[in-house]
Amino acid sequence: MTEPNDKSRRGFLGAAAVGAAGLGVAAIAPGLHLIEVSQASAPGKGASSKVRWGMLIDTTKCASDCNACVKACNSENGISEVLKDPRQASQWIRKIDLKDAKSGITHSLPMMCQHCEHPPCVDVCPTHASMKRADGIVLVDRHTCIGCRYCMLACPYKARSFVHMTLTEQNPEVPRGQGCVESCTFCVHRVDKGQIPACVEACANAEHNAMLFGDLNDPNSAIAQRIAEVKTTQVRADLKLNVGVRYQGI
Amino acid sequence: MMIQQQTKTDDGAFYFALAVGGLISAIGIAAALYMEIMGHQVSGMNNQIFWGLPHVFGIFLIVAASGVLNVASIGSVFGKKAYKPRGPLSGLLAIVLLAAGLAIIMLDLGRADRVIIAATHVNLTSVFGWNMILYPVFFGLVGLYIWTLMDRSKNQYSKTVGTAAFIWRLVMTTGTGSIFGFIIARQAYQSAILAPMFIILSFAWGLAIFLVVQEIMYARSKMELHPQLRARMKNLLGVFIGAALYFVAVYHLTNVYYAKQFEFTHFILVSGGVFPLLFWGGFVLLGSVVPLFLLYAPGFSANKGSVTAASYLTVAGGLCLLFVFIIGGQAYPMDMFPGMQVTSSFFDGKIDSYMPSLPEILLSVGGFAIAFTMTLVGVRVLRFMPQDDVAKLQSAGYLHD
Ligand code: SF4
Ligand code: SF4
Repeated sequence: MTEPNDKSRRGFLGAAAVGAAGLGVAAIAPGLHLIEVSQASAPGKGASSKVRWGMLIDTTKCASDCNACVKACNSENGISEVLKDPRQASQWIRKIDLKDAKSGITHSLPMMCQHCEHPPCVDVCPTHASMKRADGIVLVDRHTCIGCRYCMLACPYKARSFVHMTLTEQNPEVPRGQGCVESCTFCVHRVDKGQIPACVEACANAEHNAMLFGDLNDPNSAIAQRIAEVKTTQVRADLKLNVGVRYQGI
Repeated sequence: MMIQQQTKTDDGAFYFALAVGGLISAIGIAAALYMEIMGHQVSGMNNQIFWGLPHVFGIFLIVAASGVLNVASIGSVFGKKAYKPRGPLSGLLAIVLLAAGLAIIMLDLGRADRVIIAATHVNLTSVFGWNMILYPVFFGLVGLYIWTLMDRSKNQYSKTVGTAAFIWRLVMTTGTGSIFGFIIARQAYQSAILAPMFIILSFAWGLAIFLVVQEIMYARSKMELHPQLRARMKNLLGVFIGAALYFVAVYHLTNVYYAKQFEFTHFILVSGGVFPLLFWGGFVLLGSVVPLFLLYAPGFSANKGSVTAASYLTVAGGLCLLFVFIIGGQAYPMDMFPGMQVTSSFFDGKIDSYMPSLPEILLSVGGFAIAFTMTLVGVRVLRFMPQDDVAKLQSAGYLHD
């Protein structure tokens, strides 16, 4: 298994050191991790609490037969393992087809970790492995996850997968591991480099432009302006988790 | 004064039982290691049903651990003389069942090798996190309690320590019930009634295990439990079984009342295949109605065999109930888009099925074997055998001639 020594990882730990939830993370292996934290605390690195990353999905533009976001996610994050039982395979993002039972109207949309402001997965995680960065991105520290799967029970969106087998081909920027739980990271390793998540890019390349990524806190951002203009929905808004992923058209 | 004496158990039988218990425990641990190395792909679990048979058995033992201590509490906290001599055995079983239950849960972790992280990085907003504190303190308190019971010079403290253990165990079972009770995401679990329901279930399951162990110990020592003592305890078991049935009924009735939970309850109780079968056939009929019949029907009730059979059935019924509760609760899809038909590559909107694989079965049974083996050793090295002073109980009016 590869040790995470990439920039995103450092950014992750830098943020962890800032956020109260992450204090525990920094203390696991003081020698190794504290060095990483000190490097990461350089100006401009690490997550800022001024930012709240979010996504807006326009389901009217999302095509039922398109899977570009899912494919892009899998290749970006090195999700290539094949399991005999497909129910055991990791799916960070999936396409859901909806049909209104009464009107018969159909929708298609991608579903992934909703990066909740009040994430139940973080509340229930016994080891602080599930954590929320200052910029709202919810991650699993795969070095402290004990694989109890309690977060899977708590997540209302079925957003988490448990790694059921030994992994061989990994993207060094995206540490994954057998026996740990994982979910969409909003491509944190790309976001920390100023890029957008791979799924959003792929959706645009496929000329659907159904996904918009940006800072919900910045009133001038495209996403904040769209949310101010059009009617958007939070899935299971009744739970009041104030999710970071919003849907339009359902 | 007539005190029944423990006769020496046959050495051969002891070592044979020890070997069998040890072997099944070892096979269970080996099965867990196999799952750890191969990954959970060799289990029947998946990304929808990710808590499987090991959780059913593990949580059963943890819940029963708290309930079995009831016997001791009735003796020292509530001063019932007939239960006093049973305090040490009750304490031993509490420790053993909790240890075995935790062993199953920990061995089933995706990264069992990191269990130390669970102890050093406790998240206190997590119910699992609380349990990291609740369980060790329980071990400590019960250990201390056994000591105050067995060491005559410390007897005077037994009531205080026993009361502390009694309260702690109620908190602990509340904690176990709350593992599910705080899960807002799922139809099955978010319910305030889960914590009290688990406490009542723990009383029934714990007492059933106690009665089985007690009868085996008496039989091995060629001793007879006084029939009136047995009658008292079997009546208590009957009350607990009835109360458990009542709480489970209330839990389902309140779920039916809330429109959102109606379909889920229908699934669990009517349409869900194996789940209604295990609920009605396993928990209600075999695990509750038949035991109640065996405990109260004239001609059966005072009989040693029927009390033991009722106890075994209570345990089996409890496992059925937890299977329905834990596995059924995950098999039923979460309702993310009310009023919509949902399909996806990730089996959204689909009822899932679960079949435990051999390693999971071996680990689960191995957990019971760990409890068995630890009990065997415990009663061998220390005097846990309940010694009834029949004459004293008679003069105190607890027993009649
Ligand atoms: S969607 Fe699920 S995994 Fe993502 S933050 Fe919310 S609860 Fe956690
Ligand atoms: S599986 Fe990992 S991330 Fe999820 S609750 Fe358990 S330790 Fe936390």
